[in-house]
Amino acid sequence: MNYNWNWAVLFEEQYLSWLISGFGWTVSVALSAWCIALVIGALVGVGKTVPNRVIRAVSATYVEIFRNVPLLVQMFIWYFAVPELLPDDWGRWMKRDMPNPEFVTAVIALALYTASRIAEQVRAGIETVPPGLTSAATAHGLSVSQTYRYVLLPISFRMIVPPLTSEFLTVFKNSSLALTIGLLELTAQSQQIAEYTFQGFEAFTAATVIYVCIALVATGLMQLLEKYTRIPGYVGTEG
Amino acid sequence: MISIENISKWYGDFRVLSNCTTSVRKGEVVVVCGPSGSGKSTLIKCVNGLEPVQEGKITVDGDEVTAKRANLTALRSRIGMVFQHFELYPHMSVLENLCLAQEKVLGRGRKEAVVRAEKLLTRVGMEDHAKKYPSQLSGGQQQRIAIARSLAMDPIAMLFDEPTSALDPEMIKEVLDVMIELAQEGMTMMVVTHEMGFARKVADRVIFMDEGAIVEDRPTNDFFDNPESERAEDFLSKILGH
Repeated sequence: MNYNWNWAVLFEEQYLSWLISGFGWTVSVALSAWCIALVIGALVGVGKTVPNRVIRAVSATYVEIFRNVPLLVQMFIWYFAVPELLPDDWGRWMKRDMPNPEFVTAVIALALYTASRIAEQVRAGIETVPPGLTSAATAHGLSVSQTYRYVLLPISFRMIVPPLTSEFLTVFKNSSLALTIGLLELTAQSQQIAEYTFQGFEAFTAATVIYVCIALVATGLMQLLEKYTRIPGYVGTEG
Repeated sequence: MISIENISKWYGDFRVLSNCTTSVRKGEVVVVCGPSGSGKSTLIKCVNGLEPVQEGKITVDGDEVTAKRANLTALRSRIGMVFQHFELYPHMSVLENLCLAQEKVLGRGRKEAVVRAEKLLTRVGMEDHAKKYPSQLSGGQQQRIAIARSLAMDPIAMLFDEPTSALDPEMIKEVLDVMIELAQEGMTMMVVTHEMGFARKVADRVIFMDEGAIVEDRPTNDFFDNPESERAEDFLSKILGH
């Protein structure tokens, strides 16, 4: 193999700043999408468990649509198709005047997709709460929304911290698809460095190492959260 | 206080309650017993509307539980209920368990709720455990707290759904003692239980159920000394025989 190794290229000012900027976009897209996804996911997840049939059906439809269409297709739809489908004024605004269109579109697509996956975990979490607790809350006069607010959600969110951790890691990795709509996040920047320098191996190694570091930090944070929110002595947690 | 008139309930085609009629006067203690699957738990869950009924009418303190527009949350806050598996909120300390509904349903202030909670914890002998979490306590302790949690709402009546069935034998007494004290203070109580000693000691009446129907509804001594039906006699001989 006649490959000309040159790790130093990564530390040349221009390329280093590309990597840093890519890292910044990756983290921004992923964290913004995550925050939105948590809110929507919690609402839709709750929606799948409430007594009202219409809300249940709407929530289930949401999950089936956003979970089953590939994220890449969803990115393309939001970026290329939605502006054409909207009324003219809105479409023009999305294409011409919307600030940072790649970023906004990537966040929306990633958030709505991730929300559908979080919703399923929230639903599963709520369903693992023993039904007797709901009966007890109801018997003490708590309304349905109070029962969710004070009993079901606090318990179920603690139970789903571990699966949410892997979802949290996935959102960073999925954010790399934003490169297809022109967002210069970490993967895109690495690719660009590879094209400019012909040092593809070094460029993508750098991306790999940065992704792994993000994942390790994210895992560490979630473990702290898990420890902090643990219910003393409760099932499924250490005494 | 509690009046149950001709209620029937089905799960699909299966009839779990058929034409049950009875009533509980203020201050009366009524024990509901019967073989498993006889509908006794279902019956008392209908009293506070946890289980809907398809036919019949239930009123508590003049308010109709079975009415279409019944304000069930308000009504439930006035009827205490204790469950077989305690059902304490696992993510809250004992004190928070007692305060939640006081604050959120009755609208009591924090201080008032805490004072009331501490008083009731002392009453059930659990004042030293206020900061613990439910799973750090024994079953008997948890059930005493569950009773205190219901009492904190100042209920006009208490429903007990097999309160000692999930307990180890040595813990049954501590829970029954609390219930006996409560009965002697004049609390209106409907108790589903197999503890016949408890029934004999404090119950004014015993209701015996079988296959969803009330088979006997008689003063305690009459029921134990000469049950009218063969089913009740058979049940008593099995439950008292050992």
